[in-house]
Amino acid sequence: MVEVNEAVDVVIVGAGASAAAFAWSLAETGMRILCVEQGDWVKADSFPSVGRDWEERAATDFAISPNVRRRPEDYPVNDADSPIAVANFNGVGGGTMLYAAHFPRLHPSDFRVKTLDGVADDWPVDYATLEPFFALNDEKMGVSSLAGDPAYPPKPQVMPPIPMGRSGVTIGRAMNKLGWHWWPSDAAITTQTYAGRAPCINLGQCGSGCAQGAKASTDVTYWPEAMRERVEVRTHCRVSRVETDENNRATGVYYYDGDNIERFQPAEIVVMASNGVGTPRLLLNSASERFPNGLANSSGLVGKNLMLHPYAQVRGYFDEPMDGYRGPHICTWSMQFYETDPSRDFVRGYSYQFSRGHGPVTAAVNGMADGLIPWGEGHHEAFRSVFDHSAGMVSICEDLPEEINSVTLDPNLRDSNGIPAPKLTYRLSENTRRMLDHSVARGREILTAAGARHITSRSPLPYAGWHLMGTARMGTDPRRSVVNEWGRSHDVKNLFVIDGSVFVTSGGVNPTSTIQALALYFADQVKSRIYDLFD
Amino acid sequence: MSTNDPYDFSARERDILRIVVGHIIPASAAYGLPGADDGAILADILRSAWREGRKLHEAAAEIDAASGGTFATIPTGEQATVLQRFREQHPGLARACEVVTARCYYRDDRVMRSIGMEVRPPFPLGFAVEPSELDLLEPVRQRGKIYRDAN
Repeated sequence: MVEVNEAVDVVIVGAGASAAAFAWSLAETGMRILCVEQGDWVKADSFPSVGRDWEERAATDFAISPNVRRRPEDYPVNDADSPIAVANFNGVGGGTMLYAAHFPRLHPSDFRVKTLDGVADDWPVDYATLEPFFALNDEKMGVSSLAGDPAYPPKPQVMPPIPMGRSGVTIGRAMNKLGWHWWPSDAAITTQTYAGRAPCINLGQCGSGCAQGAKASTDVTYWPEAMRERVEVRTHCRVSRVETDENNRATGVYYYDGDNIERFQPAEIVVMASNGVGTPRLLLNSASERFPNGLANSSGLVGKNLMLHPYAQVRGYFDEPMDGYRGPHICTWSMQFYETDPSRDFVRGYSYQFSRGHGPVTAAVNGMADGLIPWGEGHHEAFRSVFDHSAGMVSICEDLPEEINSVTLDPNLRDSNGIPAPKLTYRLSENTRRMLDHSVARGREILTAAGARHITSRSPLPYAGWHLMGTARMGTDPRRSVVNEWGRSHDVKNLFVIDGSVFVTSGGVNPTSTIQALALYFADQVKSRIYDLFD
Repeated sequence: MSTNDPYDFSARERDILRIVVGHIIPASAAYGLPGADDGAILADILRSAWREGRKLHEAAAEIDAASGGTFATIPTGEQATVLQRFREQHPGLARACEVVTARCYYRDDRVMRSIGMEVRPPFPLGFAVEPSELDLLEPVRQRGKIYRDAN
């Protein structure tokens, strides 16, 4: 027996980066807005950095892989057919709870890939259109940065950047020797008291949750403000499918509550914000007689064109001490190899994010894996030469859309409510492999110029599937896209997708800033079209 | 020998794991440090190894089998040979042993002090990081714009 709830105007599925921005913006309409989230709020005093076992907990109950973390609210992901595993977090704040808060925007050229480079497709929106929403989002999230980066059109500085530290300075000097671009990162981390949030105190644990509240996870930015505007966030609600009526309109969502009772939540508008794997999973799970191939899938592109941003990691070990585990892990970036260069053997490009070191456990474990630290007699001396003496980078490579890379429903794997789990099928393209190789080679040059005595690399990083994009792409042609240029489904006129699924291409930078700018833009479009929204 | 409960190590498994973790990180007279087979550290390892528990059971079984069931009693040099072969043949299990050992060893008070850490978690005091040297960016500024116009 399904319990039927009181109807709302808008139901948003998921409480992560996009949902929070969208709900906050839409709240001023006075509509009744409900966000249903399968996880819970995470209390700041439960984050790993409050205890001596911080490194263990960051790798277990706060692990980035749901298959390792295995919390009750996590759903399993079959990623056996992918060299890169999914990283996510299920709870209020979503992926922003565990992200590094490295906050670059996509570049103007990213929205015109076909026009400029003859590959993939142009986006139906451009940088100029999104620019005011990028700026608004920087304010709402509280972004620290240094104005004047020559890799971007001018953009305002909300507050001063996070400190470069020894790692940033050492690598910055090397980049100057090579004549290559570098700059302090835009980071969604407060460096001063801002909007009720305390400044960063360099806990170094952005990746497992910020106990200080300096990192801009949406549970401490958009959600509190949205809730003051009477948006409701309902936790422990695991959505199984979207229901539709004979007019091909969405009527609401089914979910299991915390007591495992199945409920139907009626709504005038349904908004999918469950990330590039969760959203196609739910749309495919919403197949019905009217929509036999899954909801909003007349194009056949729901779940297709998955893009993950393959990463390569290059690390150097120095005689001089570096920052170690202190400070936000990422301090500076480089866009030197971002734009297409015809002299290279690949199109498009990548960014570098330069990073500090690790805590002692990670230093020891990585050191043993890399053959730098032996078992036995030499352990202690070798450990001391590695711990607090490393710095490095990851390259974030643009992943071009390919339909073979996809999210489908696993025929056997299910979550604890019996809902079919997602299955990834993903291959690295030749273009991506060349880009990864290029980034490793240049990374070694950088670390050599920086004076590293030993350099290690891993490519691709197998666990770094943070950026889940492309699986419900936006576009003006219903045959080649799932949603239109303002996030509304072509097939179901009151169904929206607002997360990274809508990305047409991936760019070569972390997507959260762009995901949120798009969500604000979509909300703005809904508000301005409110009287003919479903036409 | 092994059990299905990952928390529950038999006496024989404990003996084997004590020797294994002591081989991974032995005591150091030079640094005045205990090995990972120190009583308090080993107890922490066995107590907190639950996620890796099954792998540790398996590792203990493989190591014991490789030495004909005599691992705990053979000379240290022979133990090292058995463990070297174990690392080559079972890298996943060896990795699990490394992870649980490092996790507990490097949060021991004595070890943290020895490697220059304060004996505390990161929060609430945080850490100091050296400030930026923004003058270093002057050459980057001088080279000028590197993004492509696309509007």
